[in-house]
Amino acid sequence: MTIRILYFARLRDVLRTGEEELALPEGTTLAGLVALLVARGGDWAAEFGGARVFRAAINQDMARPDDVIPAGAEVALFPPVTGG
Amino acid sequence: MDVTIRVQEGDFSLAEEYAKLTGRPEAGAVVAFVGSVRDVASGLASMTLEHYPGMTEKQLGKIVTEAGTRWPLSAVTLIHRVGELQLTEQIVLVLTVSAHRDAAFAANQFIMDYLKNEAPFWKKESTGAGEAWVEAKDSDAAALARWDAQ
Repeated sequence: MTIRILYFARLRDVLRTGEEELALPEGTTLAGLVALLVARGGDWAAEFGGARVFRAAINQDMARPDDVIPAGAEVALFPPVTGG
Repeated sequence: MDVTIRVQEGDFSLAEEYAKLTGRPEAGAVVAFVGSVRDVASGLASMTLEHYPGMTEKQLGKIVTEAGTRWPLSAVTLIHRVGELQLTEQIVLVLTVSAHRDAAFAANQFIMDYLKNEAPFWKKESTGAGEAWVEAKDSDAAALARWDAQ
């Protein structure tokens, strides 16, 4: 299956990308996706595999690590929010 | 409950938004909150507010709906600006209307506490020294926690 990943704010700046498409096995969880990103090393490992806090949404709802990503989903990864 | 939610670049007028909510026989109380750009980092010149189009509106809608289940509200107006904002400019407006002040005050604070923690907005501050993303504050998460016990 293919999913779309969006990166926002500081994460987009550090990773130098705002959006990508990725092919994943059916049934991949959010934690599984994050492990794939960490395996890229460099800034990816530093942002998603270390002490840095980030948030995730699947199809525009806040998501948890064990949530399964549906086919065609829009997954967003971003820093803790700072609006208001 | 009449709900108005807007995410916009342009400014808003408290007087105009308030006027739209008047003339309700049941409304004994209107509480208004306005948040504006302040100088947290010394020498702040401006601020840029980024958001996640689509999810922002969805999250704000969920927050207002939740407030409506907790308190008897007859109307809520929630406006949040995005884009570049200068020092002292308005950022966010929350108007809560209810028969009684307790509900209007509590719902207003509830909406702001949830917005601060769950609505996908991010601030980037610009000073003479350059630009920097604002880090989330523990105090905002603590402010949210108080609503769980109720």
